[in-house]
Amino acid sequence: MADSILVVVEQRQGKLNRVSWETIAAGQAIAAQTGWTLEAAVVGVGAMAGEVAGKKLAKVYAVESPKLEPYTPDAFAHALKLFLEKRPAKLVLMPHTYQVRDFVPKLATGMGSTAITDAVGYKYEGGKLLFTRQMFQGKFVADVSFAGTGPCFVTFQNGAFRADKVEAGGAAAPVETVNVDVPDGIVRNQPQEVFKEAKQAVDLTQAEIIVSVGRGIKEQKNIEIAKQLADALGGELAASRPICDNGWLPMDRQIGSSGQTVAPKLYLALGISGAIQHIVGMKGAKSIVAINKDSEAPIFEIADYAVVGNLFDVVPALIEEVKKART
Amino acid sequence: MKILVCMKQVPQKDAPLKLNEAGTWIREDVSYEVNEPDAYALEEALRQKEKHTGEVVVVTAGPARAQQVLREALAKGADRAIHLEGDGFVGLDAYNTARAIAAAIKDETFDLIFTGLQSDDYGYAQTGVILAEILGWPHATIIMHIEKNEGGIRVKRELEAGFFQFVDVPLPAVLTIQSGINKLRYATLIGIKQAKSKPLRKVAMAEVQSAVGSNLQKIEKLYVPQKSKNTEFLEGSPAEVAKKLVERLKNEVRVI
Repeated sequence: MADSILVVVEQRQGKLNRVSWETIAAGQAIAAQTGWTLEAAVVGVGAMAGEVAGKKLAKVYAVESPKLEPYTPDAFAHALKLFLEKRPAKLVLMPHTYQVRDFVPKLATGMGSTAITDAVGYKYEGGKLLFTRQMFQGKFVADVSFAGTGPCFVTFQNGAFRADKVEAGGAAAPVETVNVDVPDGIVRNQPQEVFKEAKQAVDLTQAEIIVSVGRGIKEQKNIEIAKQLADALGGELAASRPICDNGWLPMDRQIGSSGQTVAPKLYLALGISGAIQHIVGMKGAKSIVAINKDSEAPIFEIADYAVVGNLFDVVPALIEEVKKART
Repeated sequence: MKILVCMKQVPQKDAPLKLNEAGTWIREDVSYEVNEPDAYALEEALRQKEKHTGEVVVVTAGPARAQQVLREALAKGADRAIHLEGDGFVGLDAYNTARAIAAAIKDETFDLIFTGLQSDDYGYAQTGVILAEILGWPHATIIMHIEKNEGGIRVKRELEAGFFQFVDVPLPAVLTIQSGINKLRYATLIGIKQAKSKPLRKVAMAEVQSAVGSNLQKIEKLYVPQKSKNTEFLEGSPAEVAKKLVERLKNEVRVI
């Protein structure tokens, strides 16, 4: 098999998402170390291929078929399988988006291979590639090796690499349009229009201070002390997913991969363990304070200030102290 | 509707986890519970059965301790259970787990298979989709609503950043269920009692061995992540901690 890396980027409404650029950065880093060839593929509509071709890549493919719009896992897996059978790659990198995780296990299985999902980094040791991924909700990380023979599929998590590290190419990479045949009957699902639920009432992305609660708050009535702290600080109240699942706070106050992504000056996490789905939504905060009774909670790995203790003792004292400081 | 729900036993959320000596896995002497999204998958299956009649079957792959997950599901209302029982199932990757489950249910006919969207231990988020591919069925992931329609079902998929999409899916199909799709029920005393007499079929590794190959991905090493930040731990009584923190919010973070 040719030693090449293929990055499959994701575009929506003619725009590449940021994590796709990050994945190109990952591909460039791996290519530089291994000496393998780096190529990219835009699937669906070729309009974006030109912008991608400006980057340091050997080649860009526009994989096209009318059946690729709108997205279905059947069409994407079928098209990419056909493409990869003709142009084998050793390593296929993709951003870990909701779309990719919908089709990549099917694609990998259909090709007799496997997908190492949600990687946060890689290592190249003694000619062997290892991919680092979080396990046990971020409490541990694992170095994972590929033991198959087909293309190794890897998806990279949001923020694992830096989009601004993508190197531009000397000259534009050649673009080749590849028309793939997706016969009738392949696509079984019928997707409807993508929509947003009732307009979001709160835009947490604009908040400078966010007080966020997780499972550690225990009961709905305890949300009140978090609210008081948020009020004392002049900030917004937010939560991790389980709190919104329970209906203790409305869904539009949820931070994380399925909620809002925020980057406030201060993010104060109360009783939040720091599962990866939450971290991706708030790790851009300038300053992170975590209060949690479990000293091994993953949230402490990204905290600037940490308090290991019972939030029901600490928060009331904190409210008092904040009020004092503000008068 | 006949629905199979794939469930997994995982370490309890706040259980203190320790690495084994080889640094390849956790020490197994911890408390376990049902993987949270799987609990929502079961609840959804029970609700669909209540609406449309049918049968709910639960399946898990894991050592003897994993039977607890099945017993709880039976107590909540599942009709019967299948336990792929053995220590060997713990280390299988998503592909082999799906292969083993497919082999164990080869004589059954289901309209729907539910899984939780991912597990709290490996976090692969793949077993359901792979199972669909092995069976040759369509799938849809991260489901927040299910209703029957003429050709099969209409599901509501969760996309990123607050977006959703309805998708029509023909049956049979595999769905991966998102946490929060419904409100979980508790088992009743009668349910717990009845669970004891509900059928539970055990499947040994030997019976599905021919379907299982070597893992295509291997955990070389498991370890505690390196800290990327210089974290300052504030210590003392609650009042002292509060004072220290406010001092930093004032002078370093500058938000007060």
